[in-house]
Amino acid sequence: MRRLYGAHPLHLLSLLGCFALAGYAALQASSDPKALRIALWFLGALIAHDLVLFPLYALSDRLVGGLLPRRRHHGRLVALPGTVNFVRVPALLSGLLLLVFFPVVLRRSEPAYGAASGLDQSPYLGRWLLITGVLFLGSAVLYALRVRRTREPAHTD
Amino acid sequence: MTEVRDDGETTGPDYGFPAPVFRLLEEKGRPPGPLFNPRLWKSPIRGPWLTSVFAAVLLVGLPILIVTGLLSYLAYQPQFPGNAFPGDVHGLRLPYFTWPTNPSWLYRLNQGLHVGLGLALIPIVLAKLWSVIPKLFAWPPARSAAQLLERASLALLVGSILFELATGVLNIQYDYVFGFDFYTAHYYGAWVFLAAFVTHVALKLPVMVRSLRSRRLRDELRTPLAATVPEPLDEHGLVAIDPDDPTISRRGALAVVGGASLLITAVTLGETVGWRPSALLSARGQDYGDDPTDFQVNRTARTAGIPKDVSGWTLTVVGASTVTLTRDELLAMPQHTAELPIACVEGWSTVQTWTGVRLRDLVRLAGVERPESGVVTSLEKRGAFARAVLNRKQLVEPDALLALTVNGVDLSPDHGYPARIIVPAAPGVHNTKWVERIELRA
Repeated sequence: MRRLYGAHPLHLLSLLGCFALAGYAALQASSDPKALRIALWFLGALIAHDLVLFPLYALSDRLVGGLLPRRRHHGRLVALPGTVNFVRVPALLSGLLLLVFFPVVLRRSEPAYGAASGLDQSPYLGRWLLITGVLFLGSAVLYALRVRRTREPAHTD
Repeated sequence: MTEVRDDGETTGPDYGFPAPVFRLLEEKGRPPGPLFNPRLWKSPIRGPWLTSVFAAVLLVGLPILIVTGLLSYLAYQPQFPGNAFPGDVHGLRLPYFTWPTNPSWLYRLNQGLHVGLGLALIPIVLAKLWSVIPKLFAWPPARSAAQLLERASLALLVGSILFELATGVLNIQYDYVFGFDFYTAHYYGAWVFLAAFVTHVALKLPVMVRSLRSRRLRDELRTPLAATVPEPLDEHGLVAIDPDDPTISRRGALAVVGGASLLITAVTLGETVGWRPSALLSARGQDYGDDPTDFQVNRTARTAGIPKDVSGWTLTVVGASTVTLTRDELLAMPQHTAELPIACVEGWSTVQTWTGVRLRDLVRLAGVERPESGVVTSLEKRGAFARAVLNRKQLVEPDALLALTVNGVDLSPDHGYPARIIVPAAPGVHNTKWVERIELRA
């Protein structure tokens, strides 16, 4: 069994259990008039993360890393260790907030939102920009402090 | 080549049955391009220990999401047709029970946890996926049927968690771009996730525990960037063969992911705990003003198509006898005041002081001794919650009201004037507004 299958029989049993339960849930959902749309969104969620979001942020990160000023260290051109984080961290946090809250930030759902709450979504873009500004400013201040510290030879880490 | 299995044993043959097919796949099947070259992965901090830290956090958080989600479905009291969506879930039906009315913050806590935790776990889920992404592009994708099946279950796991997070995030912000019924999709999606999650934990728990033990958290938290080195090469293929110089320490990465989680919580928590100015980015973080009726509205009177003039309004209560009451007659009955929350499935809540007639007084007035359920209908003609069924506890609970005033003034049209239901611990939408009729069943 192990030789043919490649793992302990319990491995097979637990996976069959998983597929049976997931299959039953899919079968129940299949009676919904929009079942095909649900299935496409399920597949889309996988693709959107693995083949769009991940490559996008990984490449952006490398791009930002490549743009940093470099200096010679043991014969190699390197950026000051950790410098990239002063751009990476605020960009990541701001991007994450946009990823999660884009419906209100970009006022995408105003009609339904208005019908429910009686309000509009005008405040959110400003709030997101404000948070983004605070994140980058905070990072800039920390960076300035670090530059000052590394220039003063009296202070060592 | 001998493969080291998860439990540390080495398996004899390299390939499962049929070996020639798996061998051919490995040797000849690799797609061209850099994507399936393990040297593509450069992060010096990726490794089983870091993955396991994220996994451990999710192992605590995700079961809470599952339980609160299923409880929320049961709080809608699906034993009464038309009360919960999806209505009939056949074999995925949990045992029904009469949802309690005590403590009054029960549903508020449940949904605050479900939505708040779901949002806070987004960075952890993304970090976990980042940490294992080299495995998605590992070649060969499988050397045996066992690995092939496990990969299929991982597709279900990742697909379902992302599906659940995406539909949840869109729904709490009223972005119905998905075009299907949210409740139905989120409920069945949760069962797919439950199946894949339990299986994944069963198969991977030993690896997680072993990996967590491979390094000490306390030491990692003391290791600065300058002293950060990759984890030793592992049998899972997570550690980079050809890593870059580190640009962030492991403790730094953990701080960023944890910080992202806290940031999301910080800009949303106010909608649940009642400090709205801090809920900068939550859809229900806006203030309505300072008047007694200026608090969160879930459906405006205009949207619900409630006529402007409701002066001829009467309430009909059907029981052993049928009683019809005008608003003045209701106001002349004994009034009871209670401080109760409206808690929405979307995670937001608002606590107000409601005054009106106790539902149990109306039940008695209609000559019913022991009500089993009560169907409440609204003046609203369309809308999924124009009708809701209350259970027996909700009908006799001393704090369950047909509210006529809130915070000392008449209800506003948007809050359900002439009269609305307010029941402790019930999902928000079951607090029917613009009540027209209550039909009791003994």
